[in-house]
Amino acid sequence: MQPIVEFQNICKEYPGVVANNNVSFKIIRQSIHAILGENGAGKSTLVKILYGHVKPDYGQIIINSDLATINSPTKAQSLGINMVFQHFSLFESLTVAENLILGMSEKISLNKLKSKSETICNKYGFNLNLNSPISSLSVGQRQSVEIVRSLLNNPKILIMDEPTSVLTPEEINKLFKIIKKLVSDGLTVIFISHKLDEIINLSDHVTIMRNGKVISNLTTKNEDPESLGYKMLGYKVTKTKQINNVNYSENVLSLSNLSSFSQDPFTTNLNKINLNLKKGQIFGIAGVAGNGQKELMEILLNENDFEFNGDIIFKNIKINKLSTFQRKSLSISYVTEQRLGHSAVPEMSLSENILLSMNHKSYFKKGDFINFDRINSYAKDVIKNFNVDTPSFNVKAGKLSGGNLQKFIIGREIMSEPELLILSQPTWGIDAGSEAFIKKSLIELSHRGVSIIIISHDLDELLEVCHNISVLYKGSLSKSLNVENIDITKLGKYMGGLFD
Amino acid sequence: MINIKLREDYSNLIFYLSPLVAVLLTLFFGSFIFLILDLSPIESFKIFFISPISNSYGISELFVKATPLAIIALGLSYCFKNNIYNIGAEGQLTMGAIFGGGIGLLFNESTSIFLLPLMILFGAIGGAFWATIPALLKTKFNTNEILTSLMLTYVALFILDYFVVGPWKDPAGYGLPKSMPFPDAGRLPVLFDGLRIHIGVYFAIIICFISYIVYNKTLFGFKLRVSGFSSKASQYAGFKYKNLIFYTFIISGACSGLAGLFEVSGPIGLLYRDISPNYGFTAIIVAFLGRLNPLGIILSSLLIALTYLGAEDAQLFLKIPSAVGFVFQGLVLFFLLGTDFLNKYKVSVS
Repeated sequence: MQPIVEFQNICKEYPGVVANNNVSFKIIRQSIHAILGENGAGKSTLVKILYGHVKPDYGQIIINSDLATINSPTKAQSLGINMVFQHFSLFESLTVAENLILGMSEKISLNKLKSKSETICNKYGFNLNLNSPISSLSVGQRQSVEIVRSLLNNPKILIMDEPTSVLTPEEINKLFKIIKKLVSDGLTVIFISHKLDEIINLSDHVTIMRNGKVISNLTTKNEDPESLGYKMLGYKVTKTKQINNVNYSENVLSLSNLSSFSQDPFTTNLNKINLNLKKGQIFGIAGVAGNGQKELMEILLNENDFEFNGDIIFKNIKINKLSTFQRKSLSISYVTEQRLGHSAVPEMSLSENILLSMNHKSYFKKGDFINFDRINSYAKDVIKNFNVDTPSFNVKAGKLSGGNLQKFIIGREIMSEPELLILSQPTWGIDAGSEAFIKKSLIELSHRGVSIIIISHDLDELLEVCHNISVLYKGSLSKSLNVENIDITKLGKYMGGLFD
Repeated sequence: MINIKLREDYSNLIFYLSPLVAVLLTLFFGSFIFLILDLSPIESFKIFFISPISNSYGISELFVKATPLAIIALGLSYCFKNNIYNIGAEGQLTMGAIFGGGIGLLFNESTSIFLLPLMILFGAIGGAFWATIPALLKTKFNTNEILTSLMLTYVALFILDYFVVGPWKDPAGYGLPKSMPFPDAGRLPVLFDGLRIHIGVYFAIIICFISYIVYNKTLFGFKLRVSGFSSKASQYAGFKYKNLIFYTFIISGACSGLAGLFEVSGPIGLLYRDISPNYGFTAIIVAFLGRLNPLGIILSSLLIALTYLGAEDAQLFLKIPSAVGFVFQGLVLFFLLGTDFLNKYKVSVS
């Protein structure tokens, strides 16, 4: 069949990194074409070039056998190319219909747009009330709004950048049905992902990228997840195996009946959360973002005196009212979701970032003065022990790649020998090598008797690392499931809010 | 269309060189001002920047002007590093002059060697007191410190006005709005006979040195820098942001108050309406031109002091208004903000 898009020798270089190196391949009309690669492989850059968001240094794009100059998203849309981004751009306080009309390039009345949108929703099974405000929508519904917005432009090609990263398993199934129907109606879908089984389930063809280059172009039905993973990473995917050595007699942290009651419409109130964390246990809190994760972390960290009912007991001490500083002094460590500007200061050197989190320890101080020798040597040890790729501890934290900085931050916390480590999204947006290293480090840490709580949207990660998993849904926490003999259908039900 | 993009990798070297670039651009565009006024730029610059410091009196005057600028700007750098925009240094300076000067007037018969130290102490207390008001408003009611500290400046100026036309008016002063002169024991010693340069210079140097140590070696300086970069990181580190707001306001208020007291007990010798030619506002430029770096602030205070002297000479010899000095200060700030912007962002036209 004739290709609808052809990339020819696309090159794009950013300072210090070649994002796309001579990328050439074809996309067949009316197919689902997956682009697979680790973070930083160059997938996003490539589709941004196709969408006119980024200008290539070299190379050309052929659309429908014609050479196309795509210098802006508007131009891309006029060629029938639309994109659904990983991060949504919706106005929270406006209704669905109002958001849809804002995306229209042609003039159209609100009523006409509504009827047009209704048709699309009914045809493809999007469950949207056009008059509800975005703020009342779940993440999955918001994504539907973005997709409907793209479809209103009558696209020929739809680019979807990691569309499943924020969805529950059930929502993913629904999305895939929609995508398949769109393609049978004539659309071509370019689907970016690093999730192997999704690609196997969904796509017709797959292009694997590594370090900005195309590694191979494959027909999906000839592949399986292991062969794809092998080609993506360049080495065999080895899953670290959790060994169970939890001391079930010793409680480290107990949360009893934690509830919050904020009036802010943008927070999710917690509803009687109970949790018992044992010594050496890794406890995963799964769930889709926006179900109370932020609020739970807020209460565990206590940076802003967030108000709540219930008790937090750490080793028989009630720590409800203790400040972040006091909790850290009790050897509780934290790794927050946001690396830059929260658990690290990008403008400061790595050794200064040691002090950021370790300033409660007198070891790093001489009275009111800083003990530079000690923070420097601590930073050196973290860099060495946690494979942080950096020339020196004087480098500013913002210069490190996401994976390297995350290894540094987690290494910093681990080396302080905490008794409890609480992490939020520890491997979010980092490369597979760093991800594997971090998972391995956390498992090793639990073997040394340290208790760990991981709050994450990434179910695979939790299944790989944790002893137990509970799901947070609309502020309530499900019963905990033992990972070793986990019932996946039960977990799926929990993810969808169907608790026992 | 104009595109503005954050540079991924902006230069540290240029960050420290940009004040120099800003000064050169100021001179370049400043020369057009002279050209429009039908004056030779070279001759004018000579009168503006060279002749004022071509003798020992001029150099002494340079330090007289630079001292308050440097002391205030050093204090402000604590606030600015912490991302707290204290714009009210002029008011804190005035309050320092009222408190410290008030002590001088209260003990106007005194010959004690303790009078001057007491005045200095009260000067600092007065400035710090005035600065705690916006700090309190910010921490308790979340008000914008830029507005409150600025508005309090005018309140302080009116309070000074009230004292010099009211209770503190000199009975032998022919009804002029000024106080009695301070007793000799309340006057700031000069460094050389016949010149006005005074021991405030030593204070500026000591504050510069202490600030350098605080910023680079102490946990307190570290806390300020972290809070300045990211308030979330500061919370993560367990720092109490509200306390930092108070500390920085108190430090900068005390410095401004000190500068105010030095003005009235040094060159002026009494209290009257116009004790400061906007030192408190100009010091904001000094602090940023010096890149909030203590040593840089000393250098920039000398440069900006020169614009004050140059403006006076220009008025005298070129017959142009001394406001030209403020024009130059404004140009420097404008170009500094411009170079900083271009260093941080890439601007392209498509």
